Amino acid sequence: MPHDHSGDAHPHSLLPSDPALRVKALETVLVRRGLVDPAALDAIIDTYENKIGPKNGADVVARAWSDPGFRADLLADATATVSALGYYGRQGEHIVAVENTPETHNMVVCTLCSCYPWPLLGIPPAWYKSDAYRARAVREPRKVLADFGVALPPDTAVRVWDSTAEVRYLVIPMRPEGTDGLSREELAALVSRDSMIGTALAGAAA
Amino acid sequence: MTRVHDMGGRFGDGPVIPDPEGEVFHDDWHGRALALTLAAGALGQWNLDISRHARERLGPDYNRFSYYEKWIAATADLLVENGVLDASELTGDATDAPHPLAARKLAAEAVSSALSRGGPVDRDAGPAPIFQPGQAVLVRRPADSQLVEGGHTRLPAYAAGARGKVLRCHGNHILPDAHAHGLGEAPEPVYAVAFPASELWAHPEHPRDEVVIDLWQSYLTAA
Repeated sequence: MPHDHSGDAHPHSLLPSDPALRVKALETVLVRRGLVDPAALDAIIDTYENKIGPKNGADVVARAWSDPGFRADLLADATATVSALGYYGRQGEHIVAVENTPETHNMVVCTLCSCYPWPLLGIPPAWYKSDAYRARAVREPRKVLADFGVALPPDTAVRVWDSTAEVRYLVIPMRPEGTDGLSREELAALVSRDSMIGTALAGAAA
Repeated sequence: MTRVHDMGGRFGDGPVIPDPEGEVFHDDWHGRALALTLAAGALGQWNLDISRHARERLGPDYNRFSYYEKWIAATADLLVENGVLDASELTGDATDAPHPLAARKLAAEAVSSALSRGGPVDRDAGPAPIFQPGQAVLVRRPADSQLVEGGHTRLPAYAAGARGKVLRCHGNHILPDAHAHGLGEAPEPVYAVAFPASELWAHPEHPRDEVVIDLWQSYLTAA
């Protein structure tokens, strides 16, 4: 069992102090020993920069807004429903969708690390991983929403989901008024990353 | 209390600074650190819970390091602790000798399938659920690991001793408290439990606000 290392130096302290050099040094060692393929690293970065991101989640939300059957399936079993669209994988093996209503606004945090639905939203933004968000979202969600310029009606309750297990939560924001005639693609364009975490409203400029 | 990473409810952290939609990696080395961590994990020498615990054990470095510095530091520690690399190799004394684990290297053409396969943690094994939706439950107190002193747990300290209501059962999942320490998967039911904000905080913002926490059955007793 690994030791706690309290009192003695961690192995990582042997690496260069500059973070970029530290990453480079570790990559160099692992490549020399045949343990890492640099092209695999490029492929992982390309996946999350160009292939998997919030457009996946926005597609799911737009479908939920425009298709009552899909919405019902999503709320009943989100993992199966989004998997059928090809949205499944690492950090998204168990998905639950929670729907905003005039009565309840949902917001997601991971106070212990940075759990986030990667197949639907990609890599979490820096603010989501910040100490300030992790510390405050559970205790004062309305003040955190104010940091994002969001004010809720006084009779709307806030339900904050702390992702402590491997369940990943997707917020379905409320469909904005006046969007009746829009296509699914036009609706998806109204759905920002932050609106699916619960720190923005759909249709509002991000 | 548990460790430095367990910061839910803490005071004094200042404002949240939103960052623009569309930015995935602020610096090139951030993406490299993430990719290197995933590729090292693919060697199969540790699991997700062990890697989370490695970050939590960074101690004072946890507070000092930025997000991806935590990742890369924990990856380096795990590589040495698990005997994949010798500590001397981190100082530049690397050899080009073929590594026994080289056959497990994640190939570029396998990345897409590895990422889309994921690693589900639900299991058929383990005890049946003893709590039903709507039932009142009490969270164990103190919150630190029952299995290993100072060990990994997913029970946040701010919930210790609180009374909540089961919203739903997610089925049986691997217990991180065991899995992070080589004690097997020990799956048990996980519940989404809703707590009134007034149960958790002296100054709740709104009388109807709630916090929902995913909690394992062994973290809970009937209220």
